[in-house]
Amino acid sequence: MIHAEGLTKYYGSLTGIEGVTFHVGQGEVVGFLGPNGAGKSTTMRILTCYMPPSFGSATIDGLDCFEQSLQVRSRIGYLPENVPLYTDLSVRRFLKFVASAKGVDARKLKGEIDRVVAVCGLDKVAGRIIGHLSKGYRQRVGLAQALVNNPPVLVLDEPTIGLDPTQIIEIRKLIKDLRGEHTILLSSHILPEVAQICQRVIIINGGRIIATDTPANLTHQLQKSALVSVALAGEASPALMGALHDLPGVVSVKRANDHQGRFIVETDHTSDLRPQIAKMIVERGESLLELKLMGLSLEDIFMQLVTEEKVQEENSS
Amino acid sequence: MKGFVSLYRKELHCLFASPIFYVVAFTFLIIAGYFFYSNVAYYNIVSFQASQNPFALKQLNLTEMVLRPYFLNLSVVLLFLAPILTMRLYAEEKKTGTIELLFTYPLSDQASVAAKFSAVVSAYVVILAATLPGIIFLHVLSEPNWKVVLSGYLGLFLMGTAFLALGLFTSSLTQNQIIAAVLSFGLLLMFWVIGWTRSFVGEEFYRFFQYLSLPSHLDSFTKGVLDSRDIVYYLLFVLFFLFLTLRQVESHRWRG
Repeated sequence: MIHAEGLTKYYGSLTGIEGVTFHVGQGEVVGFLGPNGAGKSTTMRILTCYMPPSFGSATIDGLDCFEQSLQVRSRIGYLPENVPLYTDLSVRRFLKFVASAKGVDARKLKGEIDRVVAVCGLDKVAGRIIGHLSKGYRQRVGLAQALVNNPPVLVLDEPTIGLDPTQIIEIRKLIKDLRGEHTILLSSHILPEVAQICQRVIIINGGRIIATDTPANLTHQLQKSALVSVALAGEASPALMGALHDLPGVVSVKRANDHQGRFIVETDHTSDLRPQIAKMIVERGESLLELKLMGLSLEDIFMQLVTEEKVQEENSS
Repeated sequence: MKGFVSLYRKELHCLFASPIFYVVAFTFLIIAGYFFYSNVAYYNIVSFQASQNPFALKQLNLTEMVLRPYFLNLSVVLLFLAPILTMRLYAEEKKTGTIELLFTYPLSDQASVAAKFSAVVSAYVVILAATLPGIIFLHVLSEPNWKVVLSGYLGLFLMGTAFLALGLFTSSLTQNQIIAAVLSFGLLLMFWVIGWTRSFVGEEFYRFFQYLSLPSHLDSFTKGVLDSRDIVYYLLFVLFFLFLTLRQVESHRWRG
């Protein structure tokens, strides 16, 4: 559905993005992840025909974003970053403009507006001036304008930024409900959000894509070692820790900072040492409170990828 | 021209929702009222004197003494206020980022330029129409030449559209409304004074500059003369600046 091929954008002498290539299939929900200034918005602006790439090409539904701009634009719903809206208009008036601009038939106009108002939970504020609405409602109006005329592709630039936790959950739920009938590309720098909503993650940093995969696969690939967290009732003796360290497959044993009896055993990736660790502790007469395998969170992966990238760059330069 | 109607309606809503329009209309009408009153008052004094002097009576002329100066005065007021009316058209959208919506909806650039221009011209017609009660008042008390009135208003309308087209262009150049207004006022003033160059350019150049000058083409309208040269001048002026605006807006799509 969305094909980006070697997208490159220069802002004068600055590089916005470089050689960004990815594909999004029909009905997929893909998260675009990266720190601020990584090039997420630039890529989205190119895909939505807001600006042309310096090099490379982008197609949506087989239509070129540069050559067939009007047809492409009628197939996408776009929520720009910072949600620009006509603040002098009322919500309903604004949506009416959006609907007629997107070519909704005059007879179906009211029904379509009622539909997006209901989907985005705007019933209470439909008659109010957008400039008087709270940030959360404005965000929903932004989402509502993207949904008008039910476009097959949705491009959402940071849809949950600046919202309070309940609103974030509502918007996420809304996006989850849209899965299936829409192809969705959303950007975020909040990692758990992407892990929750998206089937696939594209991690971008410094204008280049550094990883593309499902959240689960990324975790699996990057986990070079397994961490086992152990908690004892009393303080762990140095003798026990030394003995654990001598187990085959254990890389290191470290005390955790938060709890006196807690320590972390790092093992190599291949073996699960939990039974041996438990056995050794119990045999030594210590009382075991907790034993669990710690997975890498998406945050860790992200940090790892971004820092690895920096180290590589430093090495090469 | 895909989406012209929806854009035009949106522009009208935005125009009439912002206080700028009301402030401009209010100021324009107050000053127009003042000029109208002072012209009529002057005409009154002269007609009193003429009642004792039959020679002066022949010189009394409502068109020359009230209508013509009134239209010329209005054109000067317009020179100051038209840039305020047009400055927000593109500049505001660029500043608030709504231009990103405008450019990513399936709307053609021609439609956006045409809709913005038509909307601001509509607002201008509303303001101009609000000066009509004065003329009706004149009609009750005296016998104004309606042909002069009509041609005068046509002249003001054409000149106004020229001002607004230029203002639309300067608004498309920047995201700062003040800059748009100052640029448009400066350019309009240049087109205003370009006809005053007789003393230091040759006769040939003078005639050329005279033709370029904005006010010199209003003169015949205020006398009740419809000269095709003047009408063509204003229409070309409008088309030229609309064309420049369209090019400027379109450049966004290919500029790196």
